[in-house]
Amino acid sequence: MSGWEVVIGLEIHAQLATRSKIFSGSSTAYGSAPNTQANLVDLAYPGVLPVLNEEALRMAVKFGLAIGAAIAPRSIFARKNYFYPDLPKGYQISQYEQPVVGKGAITIMLDDGAVKTVGITRAHLEEDAGKSLHEGLPNASGIDLNRAGTPLLEIVSEPDMRSAKEAVAYMKKVHTLVRYLEICDGNMQEGSFRCDANVSVRPAGTPKFGTRAEIKNLNSFRFVEKAIQYEVARQIELIESGGKVVQETRLYDSDKNETRSMRSKEEANDYRYFPDPDLLPVEIDEKFVGSVRGTLPELPDEKAARFARDFGLTAYDAGVLSASREMGAFFESVVEALGAPHAKLAAHWAMGELSSALNRDGVEIAHSRVSPAALAGLLKRIVDETISGKIAKDVFEAMWSDGKPADAIIEAQGLRQITDTGAIEGVIDSVIAANPKQLAEYRSGKDKLFGFFVGQVMKATGGKANPAQLNELLKVKLAVGPS
Amino acid sequence: MLHTLSIGELARRLAAREISSLELTRHFLERIERLNPSLNAVITLTADQALAAARAADLRLGAGERGRLLGIPLIHKDIFCTDGVRTSCGSRMLDNFISPYDATIVTRLKAAGTVMLGKSNMDEFAMGSSNETSYYGPVKNPWDTTKVPGGSSGGSSAASAARLAPFTTGTDTGGSIRQPAALTGVTGVKPTYGRVSRYGMIAFASSLDQAGVLARSAEDAAAVLAVMAGFDPRDSTSVDAPVPDYPALLDAPLKGLKIGLLREFFDGLESRNAALIREALGVYTSMGAETVEVSLPHLPLSVPTYYVVAPAECSSNLSRFDGVRFGYRCEQPKDLKDLYERSRGEGFGPEVKRRIMTGTYVLSAGYFDAYYLKAQKVRRLITDDFRAAFEKVDLVVGPTTPTPAFAIGAKIDDPVTMYLNDIYTIGANLAGLPGISAPCGFVDGLPVGMQLIGPHFSEARLLSAAHHFQRATDWHLKTPGGYQ
Repeated sequence: MSGWEVVIGLEIHAQLATRSKIFSGSSTAYGSAPNTQANLVDLAYPGVLPVLNEEALRMAVKFGLAIGAAIAPRSIFARKNYFYPDLPKGYQISQYEQPVVGKGAITIMLDDGAVKTVGITRAHLEEDAGKSLHEGLPNASGIDLNRAGTPLLEIVSEPDMRSAKEAVAYMKKVHTLVRYLEICDGNMQEGSFRCDANVSVRPAGTPKFGTRAEIKNLNSFRFVEKAIQYEVARQIELIESGGKVVQETRLYDSDKNETRSMRSKEEANDYRYFPDPDLLPVEIDEKFVGSVRGTLPELPDEKAARFARDFGLTAYDAGVLSASREMGAFFESVVEALGAPHAKLAAHWAMGELSSALNRDGVEIAHSRVSPAALAGLLKRIVDETISGKIAKDVFEAMWSDGKPADAIIEAQGLRQITDTGAIEGVIDSVIAANPKQLAEYRSGKDKLFGFFVGQVMKATGGKANPAQLNELLKVKLAVGPS
Repeated sequence: MLHTLSIGELARRLAAREISSLELTRHFLERIERLNPSLNAVITLTADQALAAARAADLRLGAGERGRLLGIPLIHKDIFCTDGVRTSCGSRMLDNFISPYDATIVTRLKAAGTVMLGKSNMDEFAMGSSNETSYYGPVKNPWDTTKVPGGSSGGSSAASAARLAPFTTGTDTGGSIRQPAALTGVTGVKPTYGRVSRYGMIAFASSLDQAGVLARSAEDAAAVLAVMAGFDPRDSTSVDAPVPDYPALLDAPLKGLKIGLLREFFDGLESRNAALIREALGVYTSMGAETVEVSLPHLPLSVPTYYVVAPAECSSNLSRFDGVRFGYRCEQPKDLKDLYERSRGEGFGPEVKRRIMTGTYVLSAGYFDAYYLKAQKVRRLITDDFRAAFEKVDLVVGPTTPTPAFAIGAKIDDPVTMYLNDIYTIGANLAGLPGISAPCGFVDGLPVGMQLIGPHFSEARLLSAAHHFQRATDWHLKTPGGYQ
């Protein structure tokens, strides 16, 4: 790979979270019985006409504003003509020459913490096609048009990414953004968020782009990374062995982890784009843009900056905690209950115990079994030294599994820290008395045995002795020795 | 002799309970059964539904309800989707297609209490000027059954002329209401683009198509248009503007009306036709109108422009007829490609194929700019010509067609000659303007039409101007022999 530069651009298709389709009143809900969400417009019956769903337009504008793009005062829907059974009209309504969203940009954070800007060429509205089904249908194809006419926002990036990792970071950032904006549910299994990757390589330092291949329909971050890595290796190997990359569309086979040619440029359709005469040009005035601007939430970058500034979090932690609106809100609720001076403790727990429990059980944060208030209740007990951080992890697990508040668990299981000096001293005395050999060794200079005594006391107290107090008292006792 | 009465007179008699809608409906059904076989104007008869609708209208009349069209029978062009009734669009492709819904204009006319007698023959997918491209065979002109009735609304024009219904509906993409109206001696109105909903009207060329009416007189047409017109949220190109009460505006004073005489409309016009148009203008001046000669320099480019724009749009609009979901499907397709090729190859007739091929060509990479974009530019120039003309005059008058009805078979094998028949009507479609054709005389026993074109949304003015002419003349009352 050395000596080669990788050039990647992504076309992301985000399914817009409208209730009805982009040009018809049918529902967009996922998973219904085939063809139950296809009305006469979706079925392209003779005589029917499309009417633009204004909500889809609002969502596109919202995205445009969030990436600092110009919103076109006039955009055009065009027809992309081709025959396919899951395309009922024989053309897809899309935007071609005049998209609704113009040039914008998104910043991503690289592994080394550096920040990179990825240009967005345009974003346009279009309708999705239906699905062809072949399983269980010998000598026939089934057509499900439930998805036909679902609104999509196609987000086209500049060829600004230089590695598969950057491409994934960019895609994740767009994913974060569309979910923040509540314009896409981001569900990749259901295909609500997917991308095509344009990949090429060139000798490092050359200004001209290499010939690119387009890998179609990647619907997981892992597949994006793997497919690009495979494709880059394929292209380099091909060129180094004297071959030439041809411009073509390729499919990624995740089972075999390889890309395969689908069709070459020569076989590509002539889509005969022309303005759709059934739809008027979309005119957007300042008032409309202003009304959409008023609905913009705090954006991920803004939130991360605020977390870093107000709570003293590292850029990385601030980024993780602002990666979803829900996580950001959870974290902020915990901080609110706990007090800003303890924000770092809240961050540590949100990113640690909470996130692992959510991931382990596959639970969305919105349905977390430990609420922000409950987590704050637990962290308060660390702050006021009722329990140690170690015990707190056990309490958290108990809270997670039976949903009781921290205090109830601490009381019921007797987990309260022992902070009574006399009580701790008593335990220390008996431990020292029971281990004369270790005591002698310690006193003769084997300092490492201090840990042994700590462990013994903790064992005897069920881990409840206040660690700081224990350290202090133990030092004195070991030095002085029993009378 | 109920078929000789105007819609206004029929409505008066219905309201006075002198006649019933059922009686009226039976009268026209009987005429269709008797007279249609020699005309082939009606391709689907919906007698049972008609009788039921007539009874329903009679109940409404009995309950005291009144309406200009309540209880009045009609025939719909078979391009309009009609719920539960075959909607063929004159094509084998849709010979088996029972529409599951009503077009908006069908709904509106139904709600007004009209009674659909049946569906009228038409050129396949409205592509034709003679009604010879229909899968159901040519329609005969009632004035001379060896002649064409015009097209594409030829079934509607012949049915109106033969008095098979008080009025018929039609569509006009390049003259398809006005040209057949002229060739059969009836009054045809093509409204402003966007005035009448296109929802449920099977698309030929979306940016040009407009629904309208063919009737005996401007007065009758005004009553129908008042019901058909209006905004439809299901058609993005329909215009949300109030609909004037056309019948109430018919008698607006004509005096001082400035009529433009289109120089380009007299180029290549048969001299006897030209003479009739000049006579008609004489009628107007005698009523106090003023005539001014105006020019539309780009109008001669309208036919080539139209034959780029319309096929481009139709090539895409007709892609949905693929044999998959509805309509004709070939026998035993061996694969997907075969299904497409044979379903479309067997389902479409030659004229439709010619236009799909032309349209596909002009939209193709490498030809798009030279044809489609260029045509759009010329279209704007023609629109600008009309706009400039309407700064000087209130409306323009000229012939509707270059010649009266021609013989069946005379032009069908020569598409270009056929296309030139629409030379005077296409301009209004390209510019989205309203136009009317009204009878203004006869040449060799065949009717000749005068065309009036006005600015956008000037239907009231055009209908009034045609109405004044029809009060001064009786050409529109002439009925072909055998159909009196």
